[in-house]
Amino acid sequence: MTNVLVYAETRGGQPRKVTFEAITAARQLADQLGGAVHVVVAGPAGVEALAASFGEHGADVVVACGHESLVHYQPDVATALVASRARSATYRAIVFSASAQGKDLAPRVAARLRTTLASDVTSFSLRGDAMVVTHPGYTGKVIQTLKLVASPALLAVRPGAVAAAKQPKAGTVEAVALPELPSARVTTTETVLGDTKKLDLGEAPVIVSGGRGLKAAEHFALVEELAAAFGNAAVGATRAVTDEGWRPHADQIGQTGRLVSPDLYVAVGISGAIQHLAGMRTSRCIVAINKDKEAPIFKVADYGIVGDVFEVVPALTAAIKSAKQGA
Amino acid sequence: MKIAVCIKRVPEMDGTFRIAASGAAVDEAGLKFDMSDFDGYAVEAALQMTEKLGAGEVHVVSLGPDIVQETLRKALSMGCARATQLKCDVVPYDPFAIASALAAELQGGAYDLVLFGKMSIDSANGAVGFMVAELLGLPMVHGCSKLDVAGGQGTARREIEGGGEMMTFSLPAVVSIDEGIARPRYPSLKGIMAAKKKPLDVKPAQLGPVALTVERMELPAARPPGRIIGEGAAVVPELVRLLQTEAKVL
Repeated sequence: MTNVLVYAETRGGQPRKVTFEAITAARQLADQLGGAVHVVVAGPAGVEALAASFGEHGADVVVACGHESLVHYQPDVATALVASRARSATYRAIVFSASAQGKDLAPRVAARLRTTLASDVTSFSLRGDAMVVTHPGYTGKVIQTLKLVASPALLAVRPGAVAAAKQPKAGTVEAVALPELPSARVTTTETVLGDTKKLDLGEAPVIVSGGRGLKAAEHFALVEELAAAFGNAAVGATRAVTDEGWRPHADQIGQTGRLVSPDLYVAVGISGAIQHLAGMRTSRCIVAINKDKEAPIFKVADYGIVGDVFEVVPALTAAIKSAKQGA
Repeated sequence: MKIAVCIKRVPEMDGTFRIAASGAAVDEAGLKFDMSDFDGYAVEAALQMTEKLGAGEVHVVSLGPDIVQETLRKALSMGCARATQLKCDVVPYDPFAIASALAAELQGGAYDLVLFGKMSIDSANGAVGFMVAELLGLPMVHGCSKLDVAGGQGTARREIEGGGEMMTFSLPAVVSIDEGIARPRYPSLKGIMAAKKKPLDVKPAQLGPVALTVERMELPAARPPGRIIGEGAAVVPELVRLLQTEAKVL
């Protein structure tokens, strides 16, 4: 009982950054156990071509199910694939990423196997018969250490908690057929992406985020321009802003939206309500620009500038542009 | 249309959190408790569906000690018809243990829909709803910001990173609710009075096996105190210098 199974998330037939993080996490566990990493991947026909990149990150075996019906994530199919693989062999752990897709799949697989799940895990280690993991609870105000005594131990690892690392293994493909299911009860008919050219909030090293201090939807151009100057930035927003409809709901960073921890977080016209801080306080470096020097955002900002966003932000955009050109 | 909504009593997150003497729980003294945010959206969505159809009723279920009756009464005062407490002294952390108890209660209830909030705001695992669906053998759609039901079929939009997925599903089903669907109503005085007379059943929780427990809780390392480096656009060159040389993020 030394092998580790991992579910490789894809979107549009391509792996996401979190996929390599999950495979790396599984590799770490398998190395500790002296076992192999088996990857399950589902996607459109030809998805087995991804096996090479999974192998680079430590997959010994890639169980691939390619079918035209799997262009979108299909929960019933993915659940059946992972659960049947988990039953066909003995695994000490099953690793998912705690992304939207992984958080959708992992508890389904857990219940199908009549076992439990440790979700949104930020660290993990084996201690005798137990898997000991940490998990931020109460919107990150408390760090919980959890003990999981089930085998297989199902883990959903928080995006960014493990850095993807290369460790070449065979990545041998084992093709499997589409599982036979009673007619699909839930069907994804369409994936609507906001703007596929933009970096995703969970993957961008820099996030520029705007709050009510921008006063109107059209002033988000300032935030967009600053993000463009960085070149590797995504754009986020506060709940006040998404409630106003200035930005799509999916851009909301906070307790009830996305939890992010980029290298650099630039808060533009954000006062720093508790619910917003809960979503970004683990960022490595926080810059805040706000006209009110008493704003709570300045209590967490490594570098705060008190001032009018309509003056400071364009100046910063210009300065970042020239710094990037000089680099 | 018969709808069950599973709700959880949680502390409000803007309080100051301290660790209890056991080292494995939050000290509840000084914290205020209420229905978990997303569960409020789920109750509201359920009430609006039955109101729109002009038929059916909404039942609420919560698992825990007697204090959860407060949260159940709030849901009754919003307009739910009946409440059930699945009684246990301590709410276990293990989502499968909880899901087993909820599934045992919901099984045979002939519900067209079972709703959950997208996740509880305290543990934020978002696992129980999926597990209940699996145990009941029902389809599950997670994180819906739009939900329509007609003729035994449901359509929903669920939120994913950077966009949304459009889904169709058959009833009965389990659906978890994201914000953006409907703002929860405040209980009216009339609703509060009526809630006192509505049925609230208490049954022992038939918990599943517990394999996941909290061993320890700690407060995270505090961030260094914030620093204001200056005022106005004139400070921008200094900020860029600090980002390059001190924070090394440029």
